Amino acid sequence: MTTPELAVRNVRLADRDGAWDLFVAAGRVLELCAHDPAAAPEARTLDGRGLLLLPGLTDAHAHLREPGQEWKEDIASGLAAAAAGGFVNVMCMANTSPVNDNASITKHMLRRAEAVWPKGPRLFPIGALTIGLAGRELAPMAELRQAGCVAFSNDGEPVADTEIFRRALEYAADLGPVIDHCEDPYMAKGSGANEGALSARLGLRGQPDVAEALQVARDILLAEYLGAPVHLAHVSCRRSVELIADAKRRGASVTAETCPHYLLMTEDALFGYDTMAKVNPPLRTDDDRLALLEALRTGVIDILATDHAPHAAHEKETPFEEAKNGISGLDTALASLWSLVRQGSLTASDIVERLAWRPAAIFNLPVNRFAPGDPADFLLFDPEESWVVTPEALRSKGKNTPLLGQSLTGRVMLTAVNGQIVHALDPAAGA
Amino acid sequence: MNWPHKDLLDVSQLSREDVEVVMRTAASFREINARPVKKVPTLKGKSVVLFFAEPSTRTKTSFDIAAKRLSADTFALAKTGSSLQKGETLKDTVLTLQAMNPDAIVIRHSASGAAEFIARRVSCAVINAGDGWHAHPTQALLDARTLLDVWHSLAGKTILILGDVAHSRVARSSCRLLTMLGASVRLCAPRTLLPKDASALYAPVYHELEPAIEGVDAVMCLRLQLERQEAGLLPDLREYARRYCLTAKRLKRAAPDVRVLHPGPINRGVEIASDLADAGNSLILDQVASGVAVRMALLYLLITRKDKGEIA
Repeated sequence: MTTPELAVRNVRLADRDGAWDLFVAAGRVLELCAHDPAAAPEARTLDGRGLLLLPGLTDAHAHLREPGQEWKEDIASGLAAAAAGGFVNVMCMANTSPVNDNASITKHMLRRAEAVWPKGPRLFPIGALTIGLAGRELAPMAELRQAGCVAFSNDGEPVADTEIFRRALEYAADLGPVIDHCEDPYMAKGSGANEGALSARLGLRGQPDVAEALQVARDILLAEYLGAPVHLAHVSCRRSVELIADAKRRGASVTAETCPHYLLMTEDALFGYDTMAKVNPPLRTDDDRLALLEALRTGVIDILATDHAPHAAHEKETPFEEAKNGISGLDTALASLWSLVRQGSLTASDIVERLAWRPAAIFNLPVNRFAPGDPADFLLFDPEESWVVTPEALRSKGKNTPLLGQSLTGRVMLTAVNGQIVHALDPAAGA
Repeated sequence: MNWPHKDLLDVSQLSREDVEVVMRTAASFREINARPVKKVPTLKGKSVVLFFAEPSTRTKTSFDIAAKRLSADTFALAKTGSSLQKGETLKDTVLTLQAMNPDAIVIRHSASGAAEFIARRVSCAVINAGDGWHAHPTQALLDARTLLDVWHSLAGKTILILGDVAHSRVARSSCRLLTMLGASVRLCAPRTLLPKDASALYAPVYHELEPAIEGVDAVMCLRLQLERQEAGLLPDLREYARRYCLTAKRLKRAAPDVRVLHPGPINRGVEIASDLADAGNSLILDQVASGVAVRMALLYLLITRKDKGEIA
């Protein structure tokens, strides 16, 4: 047997009882076996103290803002937030400035990531679907893929022209998954509030859930017609869930994601015009929230993604209508979702499936299922550790989260990529 | 007199007693407006900033006169020609104003929630003179003052708010306040000029004028902004008038001594027939007069509250 280089001893698992030991060699899982207090391996040893050992997480939807908007976030701070949140793979959206619609931008992103976080987390850029995200000409997707892009998306600037979108799906089918931000660009225009009783009272232009569901329906029809896969980003409402459930029953090649904030909050968070809760698509009703939770449990919604959208303080310190959309989410995703595990709405296994295994499978990224030879990407989670979400506690430059000031129970104590520690709250572990 | 609020952001923050205090105070100030020398020293040495980030003539003038009749100094700040036009954020403008230590800021802004945004960041009193589609509490209070002068009580009265409810801060605030004071409010507009969930505004909703106006004691017409047509919410003004213009004929379905209100400025022949605006049962100019008295009352209550607190 190969000699282990690292041993993580006395940890619990999401899907199995008992205490376990993880042995790592050459950046890969050597063995996961029942905890043996007597064993004294030669390897460097981390005392797991009975913490939860989870596979490293994959975020299929983050905005890291570099190049071009480094006052909001950059690749260094974004990946720091990812590591602190337990993420080992981060897919970053193309709406940078300039847009990631050519190989030189993709390569620049990858070089930056390699320079600032050589041990990981790993960065996987998402290429633009159309040039400049303008929705008119197809981006050079083969070139982008060769440069390192793992998917294509017009996120933030949904393609209005259905003919262009059809051709984009068709063209991309042989090159990589297309991630679509589903929003009717006319109906949804200029709003950060769900259309309903709350928007009526607050005097805000509402964005109806049908503005999302219409595009979900369009995408499903096109995916089925073309036999081309499509991944639906940040699904926020029951109407979309029902369309996706129907499509999956028919066997359509559709996958979908939702985000922690749609599971944890409703439009009520907008009372007092709280710009921190302004996000696109907007927070919906409790009925929508419950539909999304159920869809995650049943697999109608495949994955959880953060839609990490960092902004500078001054971009949120404005009247509601003028504030930027978005919530900073990489630091807090797992810890905030843990409240749903605690209350029994989701299981720890759901979290592993939706935040680690399934996203890696959809986008063909490295994944650790704790089988020998898997990349030793893991995190140690303390479900009992309470912490307050202060600006200082967030590694992201974006302090824009409605969780600010709240206490969360559950914290990522350590993150490792390829067996190398990239984040450790306890300095003795040696990040 | 016990006035508990630092700011006036919307009528929803007011209790019934608060409203009665405003009504009584406004009534007592009205007498000043009828004097040959329309000035009392009540707010001498106090500074009131009139921060109108959206065009306004009537409301701004009304606040200006109200403040000056109480001997406060007023300082006008408009969006055009101000640092806001030079790209300064609202936060910075407001912090700058705060540093000059005014006693009250009167704010009109196109964004819903802007008054609350400011109130959270300054220590002086903030009066919302209209924020986006959200609230226009001084208009609601002056409407109530006007109607109370006619009826003495709103209990049992039915009031129709007619027109562009969706984009109207007047409708939102007035509906709330008139209901609080015991009136039954109806809303009437084409569906495109109502919020999708109009029932959230706490009043029954009508889409046709004839049933809506049946037996009402007052009709409050709302101004129709011309850009609603451009946004595709209406075919044109002529078509709107055909369905919703308040005419003498339509008003016959209302109670015999029905009163007519309009927050102004009026589009004659669109929301209201020209002759009706000038008719004897029109309260439109009474609303303007009440406006000055109500704003005097609010400036007085909010600004002197602080002094009383310091003495105590």
